[in-house]
Formats: sequence, structure tokens, C-alpha cells
Amino acid sequence: MQVCDLLSWWSEVQMGPPDPILGVSEAYKRDTNPKKINLGVGAYRDDQGKPYVLSCVRKAEAQIAAKKLDKEYLAIGGLGDFTKACAKLALGDDNEVIKSGRNITVQTISGTGSLRIGANFLSRFHTEARDVYLPKPSWGNHTPIFRDAGMQLKAYTYYDPKTCGFDFQGALNDISKIPEKSVIMLHACAHNPTGVDPRPEQWKEIADLVKKRNLLVFFDMAYQGFASGDIDRDAWAVRYFIEQGHNIVLSQSFAKNMGLYGERVGGFTVVCKDAEEAKRVESQLKILIRPIYSNPPMNGARIAATILNTPDLYKEWLGEVHGMANRIITMRELLVANLKKEGSTRNWKHVIDQIGMFCFTGLKPEQVERLTKEFSVYMTKDGRISMAGVTSGNVGYLAQGIHAVTK
Amino acid sequence: IMSIFAEVPQAPPVAVFKLTADFREDTNAQKVNLGVGAYRTDDCLPWVLPVVKKVEQMIVEDNSLNHEYLPILGLPELRSAASKVALGDDSPAIKDGRVGAVQALGGTGALRIGAEFLRRWYNGTNNTATPVYVSAPTWENHNAVFSDAGFKDIRPYHYWDGEKKGLDVTGIMDDLENAPEHSIFVLHACAHNPTGTDPTPDEWKTISEVMKRRKLFVFFDSAYQGFASGSLDKDAWAIRYFVSEGFELLCAQSFSKNFGLYNERVGNLTVVAQDKDNLARVLSQMEKIVRTTWSNPPSQGARIVAITLNNPDLFIEWKGNVKTMADRVLLMRDQLKAKLIALGTPGTWDHITQQIGMFSFTGLNPKQVQYMIKEKHVYLMASGRINMCGLTSKNIDYVAESIHETVSKVQ
Repeated sequence: MQVCDLLSWWSEVQMGPPDPILGVSEAYKRDTNPKKINLGVGAYRDDQGKPYVLSCVRKAEAQIAAKKLDKEYLAIGGLGDFTKACAKLALGDDNEVIKSGRNITVQTISGTGSLRIGANFLSRFHTEARDVYLPKPSWGNHTPIFRDAGMQLKAYTYYDPKTCGFDFQGALNDISKIPEKSVIMLHACAHNPTGVDPRPEQWKEIADLVKKRNLLVFFDMAYQGFASGDIDRDAWAVRYFIEQGHNIVLSQSFAKNMGLYGERVGGFTVVCKDAEEAKRVESQLKILIRPIYSNPPMNGARIAATILNTPDLYKEWLGEVHGMANRIITMRELLVANLKKEGSTRNWKHVIDQIGMFCFTGLKPEQVERLTKEFSVYMTKDGRISMAGVTSGNVGYLAQGIHAVTK
Repeated sequence: IMSIFAEVPQAPPVAVFKLTADFREDTNAQKVNLGVGAYRTDDCLPWVLPVVKKVEQMIVEDNSLNHEYLPILGLPELRSAASKVALGDDSPAIKDGRVGAVQALGGTGALRIGAEFLRRWYNGTNNTATPVYVSAPTWENHNAVFSDAGFKDIRPYHYWDGEKKGLDVTGIMDDLENAPEHSIFVLHACAHNPTGTDPTPDEWKTISEVMKRRKLFVFFDSAYQGFASGSLDKDAWAIRYFVSEGFELLCAQSFSKNFGLYNERVGNLTVVAQDKDNLARVLSQMEKIVRTTWSNPPSQGARIVAITLNNPDLFIEWKGNVKTMADRVLLMRDQLKAKLIALGTPGTWDHITQQIGMFSFTGLNPKQVQYMIKEKHVYLMASGRINMCGLTSKNIDYVAESIHETVSKVQ
């Protein structure tokens, strides 16, 4: 029978919509303008615009290679040396939660894998509420992750386009109306895509309100250390909530802060009532994980564990993370300085106030389009730029372009 | 406040891992672990393939490599090379441009992405009622993969005939004839897990004929290519036959065993579609599924496999390593059967050498298995499945004697 005689099984399969961010990178690649800049990239770049492999990572890799380890399957929950250190990094060395054994932390496929395991777990066991409340806006992938896990998406006010800052009152208003036991997603630091984070006093009020509303807190921490340059400072909100008695769930990624993007290193933590509950939860997480990928990949977790558990490497890592965060902060300052030099009279304070890899410039879609067409500056339509794509070599040109489309 | 997790029940441990955990705790000097499916040398040690060590060294020394994200569908060099390994270098389907792939986390990941895709897009849209048939018995995780992907109707198809200790051909054919049209069938490409019993080429041909006529969907699980007979081509015969018969199919490939890369999670979901256009749309939807599951796959293992498969010398070296593993298993099969016969162990033991791959379905019943574990400290699955790789020249006598004693004493 000829293949062509049969109707394909897939005749009704629709073409999936192109990924908006990928589209930006594709268009950038095709552009022949030597001055082109890619500000869509969600990965750190050095001041030459090149990917950066951390020195502590290379050292860890050399140490690991010398050990000549085998390749036996990890446990479903991952590498113990990694998960313990991962929890400590987020919660703090002396955290009571870790001491009492009431957290369960499993190794996951970076941040996405962690969010998905969490979403699946809540979907299966948090049956009293189906709704997840995301900040408006949130990382684009949050919505389909929770949806595919079977939960429903709602939103709470977060970003204020008028100030390019945090709409604190708007957030409180919306949160006060969220039905009890719903899940609320909070970005621990370096909010993606806006770069707008609550201040500590604001976090305290949010924590209070969330407790009053009896909401389940899901923290997404993809940038610990990468935001302010200080890992404790970036984890402050997470630790505060736990101190206040919230039994949170937490996703962590080591893609950005260790530059381990493609190795897929992450963790998912559930803070439970006690160690007994943690054991039950752990057993169910394993049941969820096994039919997705059986057990997680070793390489990245081993690198991360080596760094976190070796004092010299840990110290070096803290320095390098600080360095990356500092370069971003410097670029923010340079961009604003250059905009002023160009003669821009707009208020660009938000570029410096915002934190982390991304900056919500406030540019409108038409302005973004002009910036791309006339200056070969590539970014997403929502006006988001990745500060990692900015270098001392291109910041002047970037400022020219932004000024030209906004004056 | 009442914990939200107060009602979360303790789940039972995954059996195969519990077995290994129990084995570890056992202090008996003669203990043998015939549970988990991982290759062991004759010294009962894990074996990192020499070609893998070589390629890893190349990677470590290459300062031009970084840790950037792979594309959502994975490393292109891995995807194409892996599909070639399954379908053959000169595959007409590949030449026609109607073969694509999704790099996945091990064979499990490939199965899951395939299952998620089928649930969404096969036999209608989001048709969770499409029956999924898995062999009786099958790898225990098959059920959960398809059910967690949303399928509501997962059924066994006859496979193992406990009486004759072989394939229940009549049973398979009956189930194929009676399955609702468009049902999905999970077929083990070779080295059936857990029975080690594969259809013959003629039996595969008959299966293919019925599946085509009844419009049944072919989903191959290929976890042991090369590892079963020692020959990559021989072990892929069934897959290639079905492709040549015009089936659109999915094939979940694992490189855990044949590359010994267990913990790096290297797998590949090969997609054979009718034409380029269908393939493109299918892959675009696979991307969406991957994006909400793990975003993009891990790079280390993929690099190792891609470099090896795409380098002629390394490829030859790899095939040699694979044959080394397959040959040791074959030797253990021969010797175990010979020893059981020499001991005069009740029953017939031909199935030990007729079966193929890592596993053997010994035919021991649950009571006998318990005796083996508790009294003889020989650990095997409740189904009677043993991992041949757990046998070595040093323990094979003890294991043979243990089986002999068990079968004699326990009914």
C-alpha cells in the first residue's frame, strides 16, 4: 500500500503559533545591519555580547571529571547533595524548616520543570481551589504550564504602566478579593518581564494580606543572586513569608545565576507542616515525576552541588554572580545617562529602579516597531528589553534609537 | 490552620527502586541484585563505555563549548543521528524528508511527549477516550505515562503465555482484531521488557498486516537497540519494517542502556509522518508540549551521543562497546541455562536462552520470588523478572543453586 494512498493521521493538526521571543531572535539573525542589537535574549551576555561560562563552573567540571564517576540513574527526586544545598540556598543555612525536616526539595528540569511539577502536584492534591493567580503581566510560559496541568488562570494587578513601576494599591485591592485557598504566584525577585519588585515594606503588607485571605503561596525564584547581586537579599521575601508561617511551594532555577541554562538545573520545594507530611508529599511527587522523565539529569546538578558544597567555589560563585548583576546594573545606569546625553526629557528612572535581567521600557508597540525597523534593535512588542544584551559598546547606539522613537 | 496537604496519602514506593533499596540494606555476603535494569560488568560494577569516556574528555577540553539553551526540540545533530540509527542510514522515509524528532529526557520522556501529543491531536482533538493498549506484562511505567497524559482507557493486550513460556501469538492477534479502530498500541521494538520475548519477523509481518487493516496506531518503545542481539540493524528490524509498510508512527528511543548514559537522560522521539507538511505541523505542536514540560532538554548527554553517532570512527567504537555488553548477557544466558540443566532443576529452561535482551522472565511465581529474596538473598522482581546483567561468573553458581532450591522447595 502506498503511503500517499492513506490520509495522514495528522491532517487536522494545526500549525502551532510561532513563539514570539524565538521570532525576535530569528529576525535578528537575518538582519545584516552591523549595528544590530538583540535585546530579546533571556540569557546573560558579557560586555562583548558573548555567552559567559562561569569560572567556578569550569573548575567544578574539572573536579567532577577527575572523579571518574559512573552514570547510574539518580533517584527520582534527584541528587541528594544538590537538593539539600538547593534548599539551604533559598531558605538560609539555619532555617528552622530545614532543621526540622519539614521541607521536601526535589531536583527538577530547571525552572520550567519545577513549575510544572508544582502545578501537577497542586492540580492533583489541592482540590479545594483550581485557580492560580498570576501577576499582571507574568512570564509568558506560566499560563500554559498551569493550564496544561489542569488549573485555571486568573490575574492580579501588578505593573503600573503609568509609572513603569509597582501598582501596590492595585495589587492589594485585587489580592484582597482572591477567594480563600486559591494559589497566588509571586516572583521572589527580578520580576519577569517587568523588572519591578515590591520593596520590603510592601512585601510585608502583601504577606499579611495573603495570610488573611488564606492563600497558597507559590514562589518562582529564577534569579536568586542575579537580581541585586546578593543571594540573601534576593531570597528575603521567600524567607520572610516562611517566617510569617506561610507554608509555601517554591521553584528555583540555576539557569541564570550559575549560567547552567542547557544543563537544566532546578529545584521544587514544598514547605510542609512537619517531617511526616513532608514524607507523604515526597512520595506523591515521585509518583508524578516518574511518568514524565523517570529521574533527572545528573550533569548540571553535580556541577551545582559541587559549587554549593565547596567553600572556595561557593565564594567564587558569589563573586561571579555579583559581577553579572553589577554589569546589568551598570548598563542600566549607562543607558539612562546616554538617553540624557541624547537630550531625552522623558523620565527614565524606572530603568534604574527596575531590577534583574529585564527592563520594561514603557515603549509602545509602534515605537518598538520603529526601533526594530530603523535601528535594527530587536525586542519584544511589549517593550521588554533584556539588559543582558546591552554592552558598553552598544549602549550609546541603543540610547540614540530609543530617543529617536520617543522624542 | 489545617495544612492543605493533610489529606495527601503516602504513595507506595516504586517497586524496582524499593527492591534495590532493600538489597542495599541486606548484610548477607552472598546477596545478588537481579532487579534494576542497568548493565553490570563481570565484576558487577557499572560500566562507563570507553567511547563515552573518550567523548566526555573531548567535551571537557573544548573551551568553545558553553552551557547555552538547546532549541526546544533539542540538539539537531542528536535528533537526526538518532532517527537514522533507528530507521537506517538509507531510510527512504528520511530521504523523503518526512522523519523528524524531539530530543527527550530518556525513553520515558520520549514516551510522555508522544503520549501528550497523541492525546491532544490523534483521533480527533483531545480524545482522551482513545484506547491505549500495552502488553501484558509491560514495563510498569507505561500505564502511568499514558494515564498521566490524559488517556482514560488503558488496556492490556495478550502477550506472555505463562504456560508455554513464550509469546501468546493467538492472544495478540485476537486483541488486534478486536481492538476498536484507531486504538493505540505500544509495541516493544526488541528485547521486550520484562519478558525478553519478541515476535519473530513473520509474526511482526502478521501484526503489521492486521494493524494496517484495522487502522491501529503504532507507538514503538525502543530502549535496547543494539543491546538485544548485538546488532543495531537487527534490533531495529521491526521498526524499519513498519515504516516500509507505510505506517505513520512514533518511536520512543532511549540511549540509557546502549550508551550507558542512564543518568544523563538521553532520549529521542522519532516521528514518521506521511509527508513534510504533516511533519512540520506535528513538530510545531510537539514544541508547545515540550515548552510547558521542560522548556528545552539537557545538553550534556545529547552532545555525547551526537558526537559519537556523527563521527565514523567513534560510531564503530560505540558499536563495539554495545556488542561487548550484548555478548556478556548472551554468555550469562547460556551459562545459567546450562547450570540449571546440570543441577537437574525441575522444569524447562530453554526460555532463558530463547529470550533476548537485558531481562529474563524466569517463570518463578511470587511465592518463589519471596523465597529467593528472603532465604537466598537473591533480589528479583515479583514478576519473576531477572536482570541478566546482575549475573557474573562469580555469582552464577550461587544463583543457579538458589533457583534450583527454590523451585524444588516452593510451589
